[in-house]
Amino acid sequence: MKKDLLGLQYLPADEIMTILKNAVKMKEIVLSDKKKINTLEGKTVVTLFYENSTRTRMSFELAADYMGAHAANITASGSSVAKGESLIDTAKTIDAMGTDILIMRHGSSGAPHLIAPLVKASVINAGDGLHEHPTQALLDLYTILEKKGRIEGLKVAIVGDVYHSRVARSNIFALKKLGADVSVGGPSTLLPRGLENTGAKVFKSVQEAMIDADVVMGLRIQLERQKSGLFPSLGEYNRFFGIDDKRMCFAKDDAIVLHPGPVNRGVEFSSELVDGASSCINEQVTNGVAVRMSVMEWLRG
Amino acid sequence: MKLLIKGGHVVDPKNNIDEVCDVFIDKGIICDVGNDIELDDIESVEVIDATGKYVTPGLVDMHVHLRDPGFTYKEDIESGTKAAALGGVTSVACMPNTNPVCDNVTVVEYIKSKAKQVAAVNVYPIAAITKGLQSEELAPIGSFKFAGVVAISDDGKPVKSAGLMRRALEYADMFDVTVISHCEEMSIAEGYMNEGAVATELGLKGISNCAEEIMVNREINLAENTGTAVHIAHISTKGSVEAIRQAKQRGVRVTCETCPHYFTLTEEAVRGYNTNAKMNPPLRTDEDVKAIIEGLVDGTIDAIATDHAPHHLDEKNCEFDIALNGIIGLETSLGLSVKYLVNENMLSMSDLIRKMSLNPSNILGLSKGSLSVGASADVIIFDAQKEYTVDVTKFASKSKNSPYDGFVLCAKPEYTIVNGEIKVNRGELV
Ligand SMILES: [Zn+2]
Repeated sequence: MKKDLLGLQYLPADEIMTILKNAVKMKEIVLSDKKKINTLEGKTVVTLFYENSTRTRMSFELAADYMGAHAANITASGSSVAKGESLIDTAKTIDAMGTDILIMRHGSSGAPHLIAPLVKASVINAGDGLHEHPTQALLDLYTILEKKGRIEGLKVAIVGDVYHSRVARSNIFALKKLGADVSVGGPSTLLPRGLENTGAKVFKSVQEAMIDADVVMGLRIQLERQKSGLFPSLGEYNRFFGIDDKRMCFAKDDAIVLHPGPVNRGVEFSSELVDGASSCINEQVTNGVAVRMSVMEWLRG
Repeated sequence: MKLLIKGGHVVDPKNNIDEVCDVFIDKGIICDVGNDIELDDIESVEVIDATGKYVTPGLVDMHVHLRDPGFTYKEDIESGTKAAALGGVTSVACMPNTNPVCDNVTVVEYIKSKAKQVAAVNVYPIAAITKGLQSEELAPIGSFKFAGVVAISDDGKPVKSAGLMRRALEYADMFDVTVISHCEEMSIAEGYMNEGAVATELGLKGISNCAEEIMVNREINLAENTGTAVHIAHISTKGSVEAIRQAKQRGVRVTCETCPHYFTLTEEAVRGYNTNAKMNPPLRTDEDVKAIIEGLVDGTIDAIATDHAPHHLDEKNCEFDIALNGIIGLETSLGLSVKYLVNENMLSMSDLIRKMSLNPSNILGLSKGSLSVGASADVIIFDAQKEYTVDVTKFASKSKNSPYDGFVLCAKPEYTIVNGEIKVNRGELV
């Protein structure tokens, strides 16, 4: 039994594959009429989210519910110590209530790493700052495996705001480990220094990053980034870095399109692309529930 | 009290002494340094056998946060100076970012009078450059001089405007007050650790080298243009070393200090979100560490100071981005410097003592840092080879935020003598 899932950087490839393989069975349950197994019967799963994300939280809560667990949620507003209770105290309190799995989202990179050694509960990182979002990357990997049958040797292009993206980091760590070729492209103001040390190839144009890609993964752009001078306008962002059917010509003909959602239509992706045949964006959502069930079983099954 | 230190290896860079001899102290003053000092009335003299040990001037740490007044839950003048004594530091200059800020003579007087009552070592106040450290109006720099302030600094923050800094340099020069600049261009300093591959992996916003170097260059330009002197605090990057090296070659009146963490640790220490490796400026790369050591070796870097910055456990045991900046250093600076510089043959012991005692004393205009006959008897005795393991729980400092817990260091002071009085005896506070 594993204690926590904090990230994919240090998770061995065979563990990642175990989770992904087991998710196949979970997806059947999600798609069936009787969405109930008793793997987590009598267990308590708590989601502690310091940042709003209805979709990720709901995905975890449904996963817990399908597996027979009690699910409770805590939405903490703000993250500063000035607001009173510290993160450590909050987490210890939740732990003391008999929580088996604590699912945490927090704006500070490393927050779940701070908490995990201090609690008995298993901690699942549901996104920490700009650092990692392991279950999102696992569902991306699952979707790629399902569509392409393999990961090794594939070319995956990750495009957009890599600087602020924990999804990108988790994906890069895992994809490189599983033998994919990863290229990254976006505005140079949104590509963090030293990214090439992760093994990803870094391009300052999205077209170059997309050449011969089997998978094109878009990243969500926070609309307020423009105010901090990272790019001039959403229009210009779309013009040079947005992906549409025309730009998809650089990728392979059978390339698939992924996005962690929610998509800003007309900014990162054109509407035609989001709704088109290559898009797996809706299936990613289904796969998310399956993968999260698989992660919880891996931790507590 | 009469004190005779016998048979130690005496290192006194000011007087070019680097040999085995004796030191005789009476009435708080160095009375004699020489071979086989014979005394008539040997009964009334306390004799310390220093065979196999170094005997040097006490260290002068020109960059210390004593947190008093206002943040005495982190440190106060008593605990901070006890930590200093244990670390072989016999004089500290304390930074003004207290509460209230040391931007007026009343706070200066408070520090001096409290130090007189409780301090284990000499305390020299540094006052603010600008009122409230706000970078808006100059503090009363002339009055500070007559209140006993040894330097001015807005440390913790830069003086944001070049125009105001220029005025500060010109005004302070008139009163012969040292100006210490904390160099940080705020508009590109938004981050939590050094910018680069490690920050990218950890998902922490990075602070560019440029944040420091832009302002180091600004201060050099201003000092050169106005003919004034400036001291740059805690340099951490290769670019800063190079800029200062070139400025010195041109004859600019610039001096600088670095801290032990900038030549003993790199950004790698942050991994695991170690908040005791979080400070400002941040830990940099291997290349920067090498450049800092080169700067120490070739004389570009004049002084080693600690930037001793105590913080309560709760201010460090938290998310990395909200953890406060800074580490304590008084009780490890000599050990780190001897181990990583002298024992690695980068600096001679004499050069090290120059950078940790004589040079900072000169930069601040003090008459410390030597064993000259007639000088106040601030002396330390240590064994440069004898190893010990750092245990933060044994620190005299109220705070324990050190990244060096568990490190094996050497040169723990066995005796610290301040104005002729033994403050540390056989490694323990008296
Ligand atoms: Zn500073």
